[in-house]
Amino acid sequence: MKLAYWPGCVSRGFTTELHGSMALVAEGLGIELVTLDRANCCGAGVIAEHNQELADTLNARTFALAQETGLAMMNICSTCQGAQSECQERLDANAEYRKHINEALSGEGLEYVAGKDGFTNKNFLWLLVEDIGLDTLRDKVTRPLEGLRVGPFYGCYVLRPKDRLGYEDFPERDIYLEKVIDALGGTVVDYDGSRKCCGFPIITMNRETSLTQAGTHIGDAIDRGADCLVTPCPLCHLNLDLQQPEAAKAVNRDLGLAVLHLPQLVGLAMGFEPAELGMPRHIASTDAVVERLAATTA
Amino acid sequence: MADYTLRVRRQKPEADDRGPAGPYWEDFEVDLDPTLSVLDGLLQAKDRQDGSLAVRCSCRAAICGSCGVKVNGQSTLACKTQLGEASEAANRLNGGSEPIVVEPMENMPVIKDLVTDMESTHWKKMRRVTPWLLDDGNPPERERVVPHENMVDITQPISCIQCGACVSACLSMEADPDFIGPAALAKAYRFVGDPRDVETDERLYDLAQDPHGIYDCTHCFSCITACPKGVDPMNQIMRLRRAAGEAEIVDKNNGHNHEVAFTKIIEKKGTLDESLLLQESLAPGIVGKMKPAGVKGLLESLPTAIRGIKSGKMRSISKLIPGIHPKLPGDAQDKVEKIYERAEKSRWQLNLYITGRDEDLTEAEEAPEQEEAKA
Repeated sequence: MKLAYWPGCVSRGFTTELHGSMALVAEGLGIELVTLDRANCCGAGVIAEHNQELADTLNARTFALAQETGLAMMNICSTCQGAQSECQERLDANAEYRKHINEALSGEGLEYVAGKDGFTNKNFLWLLVEDIGLDTLRDKVTRPLEGLRVGPFYGCYVLRPKDRLGYEDFPERDIYLEKVIDALGGTVVDYDGSRKCCGFPIITMNRETSLTQAGTHIGDAIDRGADCLVTPCPLCHLNLDLQQPEAAKAVNRDLGLAVLHLPQLVGLAMGFEPAELGMPRHIASTDAVVERLAATTA
Repeated sequence: MADYTLRVRRQKPEADDRGPAGPYWEDFEVDLDPTLSVLDGLLQAKDRQDGSLAVRCSCRAAICGSCGVKVNGQSTLACKTQLGEASEAANRLNGGSEPIVVEPMENMPVIKDLVTDMESTHWKKMRRVTPWLLDDGNPPERERVVPHENMVDITQPISCIQCGACVSACLSMEADPDFIGPAALAKAYRFVGDPRDVETDERLYDLAQDPHGIYDCTHCFSCITACPKGVDPMNQIMRLRRAAGEAEIVDKNNGHNHEVAFTKIIEKKGTLDESLLLQESLAPGIVGKMKPAGVKGLLESLPTAIRGIKSGKMRSISKLIPGIHPKLPGDAQDKVEKIYERAEKSRWQLNLYITGRDEDLTEAEEAPEQEEAKA
């Protein structure tokens, strides 16, 4: 499988362990990634808040670059998925608008064509379940995550709103993390915050609300006996992991729960070592996860 | 007809001989057609099993907005949710015969069973945004004529039926009960977008400066999913932010600074320079770094940065020094800048709620022909 790959900004910024682990896991799964190195930031909803047409044009540019490769597009960030899907919805809905946007791309010789050769833009989670398949994934598992209790944390932008995010065709997209954890041999931890907001978008605007959200969800998962969380969104990771000590202060309790990126969890089950997957770079220690796996492997 | 179990989170307002005050669960078996609503189920249970089951309702047709509840965790109207689909949703993850879970709305006190106190939350927040027209005080001889496109622009927030489902679903309010919230802020846009209102800038300034105002929304789409009338409250909050930005209202919550810094970084670099975004959101420019609020913001983020450097997350020159993040390769950055130039002038706001989609329009155009064919 060969894919046009948009890694996003944060996976190459404050969460490089995500970018690195995705590269390893892709190779292990037999996926060839063609990086869209000329593509730009999705705007994360912030540029759309400033100027909707600007965000739509920037993302049309990314889609056009992907379409140039003739490949389906993959991203590894719930926020990219949400922001890009929002723009794509408007571009696909109105031919006159699309023509107007494409005029801005013509100087670069680019054009976004709605539905060209069944063009899709999917994050790694959707791709894993829908295109690679859970059976193939199970075959790749060499170190089942037996005994590891994993809390799923989706990130809002792959959950809502459903009509924009393809739930009509794929109604189970909001339970894929549970399916993946199960396929990898782990135990799903059901807790209150799995489909709630991490609070990250307002970390510079209302720090207390933001960190209270992160801290509450981490605390809920700990109370339900989770060894770690797993998320397909690096922005959620920033609030849940990078800010975890601050989140602990906001909710006035001890936390200390490892938060894995989705490719890291998949990578562990495929036999990659925690260090290769960049886990020592996390702020919340991943030692408990490593110990749990060592105990079951021994 | 089919059998359904409704698992209702009830609430006893005061202790009685059956037990103390507080919440408890009770199952009700109902026998109804799958196309009938959860409200029909609740009313059958009340009618046949326990007349003391409290639920607020009136029209039963998603018009009055009285029967806001949570069904399987989703805030919605009981009358707009069919039993069949609710049962399917309940069984999706675990399979088998899971009950339909019905709970009172969140983010507001429960009075009894499924009846919540809308006054202390929803209506109080609604009054906070001055939900009436503030005109120039000079009534014209006849009616005020408003351009059609202006009224179309606010059609969406006007559709609100005050059911509170979005308030119940709001994830920011869960963490910050003082957040003005989706319903009231959507209502605020209804007047900000109305050309007859003369206090537009004052409204925007007020809602931007309030720490629990427009910049307290995390953009989580939860209210959009909950709203039974397509008001898309979060989109109205984003329009308030856009309008505040256009009015160049610089708020003390860093909302405007964050938006400006983010947008500018992508124009100049193509991808996000996170260190620069943090610095410029909290303390923009040289002046911002000399202000007490800017210094406080930067100091607050310092421990996080130090931890990031220690763990190796931020251990590279471009992450440590804001502003030296690389541009896109070749001429790609120039192309992005050209896009900015054009879009900042044009600023087309396409609202699919109003325009519909091409395929919907085609269907609408084709419909009369089909009618003719039938005739």
